[in-house]
Amino acid sequence: MMRRIVLPGSVVGNAKSKLPGKGVFKEGDKLYASRLGILEDKGKYVNVIPLAGVYDPNVGDTVIGVIQEVFKNAWIVDINAPYPAILNMEDAPWKMEYGETAKYLKVGDVIVALIKLVDEARNVEVSMKGKPCRKIEDGIIIEVQPSKIPRIIGKNASMLNILKKYTQCWIFVGQNGRIWIKGEDDKVDLLIKAIRKIEKEAHTFGLTERIIKMLGG
Amino acid sequence: MLIKDGKRVDGRKPDELRPIKIEAGVLYRADGSCYLEWGGNKVLAAVYGPREALPRHIQDPTKALVNARYNMASFSVEERKRPGPDRRSIEISKVTSEALESVIFTELFPRTVIDISIEVLDAEAGTRCAGITAAGVALADAGIPMRDIPVACAAGKVDGTIVLDLTSEEDQEGDADLPVAIAPRTEEILLLQMDGHMTYKEFEEALELAIKGCKEIAKLQRKALLNKYKAFEVG
Amino acid sequence: MEIPEVKRVSAIKRDHLARLAKERKRPDGRKPDEYRPIKIERNIIKKAEGSARVRIGNTMVLAGIKLEVGEPYPDSPEEGVMTTSVELPPLASPEFEPGPPTPDAIELARVVDRGIRESEFIKLEKLCIEPGEKVWIVFIDLHVLDYDGNLFDACSLAASAALQKTIIPNERYEMGENEKLPVGSPPVSCTFVKYEDFVVIDPCLEEEEIAQARFTVALDKNGDIRAMQKGLKGSFTIDEIKNNIKRAQIQAKKIRRLLEG
Repeated sequence: MMRRIVLPGSVVGNAKSKLPGKGVFKEGDKLYASRLGILEDKGKYVNVIPLAGVYDPNVGDTVIGVIQEVFKNAWIVDINAPYPAILNMEDAPWKMEYGETAKYLKVGDVIVALIKLVDEARNVEVSMKGKPCRKIEDGIIIEVQPSKIPRIIGKNASMLNILKKYTQCWIFVGQNGRIWIKGEDDKVDLLIKAIRKIEKEAHTFGLTERIIKMLGG
Repeated sequence: MLIKDGKRVDGRKPDELRPIKIEAGVLYRADGSCYLEWGGNKVLAAVYGPREALPRHIQDPTKALVNARYNMASFSVEERKRPGPDRRSIEISKVTSEALESVIFTELFPRTVIDISIEVLDAEAGTRCAGITAAGVALADAGIPMRDIPVACAAGKVDGTIVLDLTSEEDQEGDADLPVAIAPRTEEILLLQMDGHMTYKEFEEALELAIKGCKEIAKLQRKALLNKYKAFEVG
Repeated sequence: MEIPEVKRVSAIKRDHLARLAKERKRPDGRKPDEYRPIKIERNIIKKAEGSARVRIGNTMVLAGIKLEVGEPYPDSPEEGVMTTSVELPPLASPEFEPGPPTPDAIELARVVDRGIRESEFIKLEKLCIEPGEKVWIVFIDLHVLDYDGNLFDACSLAASAALQKTIIPNERYEMGENEKLPVGSPPVSCTFVKYEDFVVIDPCLEEEEIAQARFTVALDKNGDIRAMQKGLKGSFTIDEIKNNIKRAQIQAKKIRRLLEG
C-alpha cells in the first residue's frame, strides 16, 4: 500500500481553514504543494514531507561533516548542503592557539557537529561543543537522500532501533543524509542493504515489517 | 499539400499530439532526471542542485540562479552536428532558463545555482518544447520547490490550417510555428516564441490549441512522477 | 538521482577501501576480475546511422555513428576516414561542466579510437567512393549519460556495438541503396585500476576516486593486443602489467560473447 503523494501545484487544502506549513504555499484561497512529497494534514497546518531534495541546514541539527579546508583559526566543513559551513576554533572541543588548527583536524577528516547558526544569506556555522560531537576515526560513512532520514530513524526511533537490534551495528544518523556505521563486515553489508531498501520504499506502508523480515527477524 | 482530407502527413488530425512517453528518475548520479520520447524526439534532462554557485561573485544573495543548458548530440540530426553550443542552442538555453525560473521558488535557496542539463539525443521538430517538458519533470524529481510543473508544446499554421505539435516537414514548409510553455494550473505563459506569418485571429486559435496540448501533456508528466513511486496523487 | 558529491574523499572512506583492499575485497563486494552487469541495446537513435546504449553497472554511454561523404587523407586516397569524439555533458555527473572537451574527454576518445583503428574493425578500404576525391567519413560520437566509473570500457563497448549494426546511407546521397557498414571483429577493451597495491578490473566510481594508476588494454578476437594505455600519476610493476593483460584475455572473451549475442 502506498501513502498519498503530492506534486508541485497539487491542491492540498483550503486557505480559509488551514495554514501553509513546510512544502506548502498559499495562492488565492487554496493551499498548494510546492514539492514532491507525502501530504501531512494534521491540526492547523498542512505540510508536505519531501521525498527528494537537498539538505537544508537548520539550527540544532546534528550533522556529519568532512573537512574541506583548514585556516589558521577555522575550518570549512562540507555538510552535504548547498552551503559550506564554518567551524571556528573557539567551537572545537580542543583548546588551541591561533595557527594550531591543522594539528587537530585536517582536510578529509570526518566529524560529528551541530548546526550553530544559519543566517538569512544562509551562511552556516557549526560547532563541536555538545554531547554527540567528535572526530570520527573508524567505521564507514554512507550517504542517503537527506529526505529519507526521518524514515530511517522512524517514529520515536523505532526503525533505527530495529536496525540496531538485528545487525548489532553501531549506527549514528546525521540529519544531513550521512550515516556512520561500525560493525562486522557482513552485518554492515546487510545493514546497508536494509538502509537502501528504506530509502527506496520510504513512502510505502508495511515497510517496518519488510525490514524486520529482511534482517532475519 | 501538407493537409489532405483533414489529415496531416503523418495521419494525425489537426489537434492531435504525437505519441509521448515520459519516465522520471532514470539517472544514477543526477539529483533529478527525466527521459522523454515525443514523436521522433528523444530527450534526456537532468537537474543538479541547488548547489553552491561558484565562482562566488556570480552568487545572488537573495535567490538561487537557474541555469538551463540545451544541447543537441552530434548524432541527433540527419546532417551530423559539430559538438558544442551554436547560436541556436545558446538562445534556447536562455529562454528555457527564463521559463523555468518563473515557477521555481528561488528565494528559498540564496547563493546557489540550480543546473538543468537538457540533451537532445534524437531530434524531430519541437525539441525545445520536449526539453522544457522533460526539465519540468526532472526538477520535480529533484525535489526543487515550484509553484507548478512547467510544460511546453507548439502549435502552428500549415496550409492555412492551425495545427498542434508540428512535425519536421510541417515546421520547414508550414506558415508559422508557435512554441509555448505554461504553468498549467494557472495558464501563465512562461515561454512564447513565434516565427512565420499569422493574423491576430490565427494566433488566438493557435495559442488556445497550444495551451490545450500543454495541459494534456501536463497529465503525462504527473503520471510519470507518480509512476516512479507507484502511488496515487492527492488534489 | 543519487546523493550529492563529497567534494574530497574523506579519510574514513580512504581507510575503509584500504582495509578492504588488504583483504582483497572491493567496496561493492565484487571479485577483483568481476565486471558489473553489462547491458547492450542497439539502434536506439533513429537519426544516427548506427547507435548503441551500453550500461556497465550504473555507468551509461550512448554511441551514435554518423556517416558523411568527404575527402580522404592525402596519404590514404582510397581509404575511408574514421574519427572518434567523447562528450562529457553536465548531466552525467555533478563534476562535469559545459565547455570544450577536457583532456580527460580527449584521452578517452583517442584510446577508444586506437582500439577500433588498430584492430581494423571498420574496413576502411571498402569505404572508397572515388579514389583521391570521395570517401565515407565515419563519425563515432560517444555521449556519456551517467558516470559511475570505467568510461573507457563503456565507451569502447558502445562504439563497437553501434558499429556492428551501422548502415551506409547511400540513399541520402542518391548513390544507390543503403548497405551495411563493412566491419570485421570488434576490439574488446578491459580497464584496471590500482589502489593500495590492489589491482581490479572495471573500477566503480569509489575505486576511481582513490585510484593511483589505471591501465586499459584492447584485445582482438585472438586475444592479441591492439592498443594499450596507462593513465594517472601512480605506477604499475612489470608483473602487474603482464598480469593485467592475462586477466583481460579471460574477461574479454566473456564480453565478446555479449557483443556477438
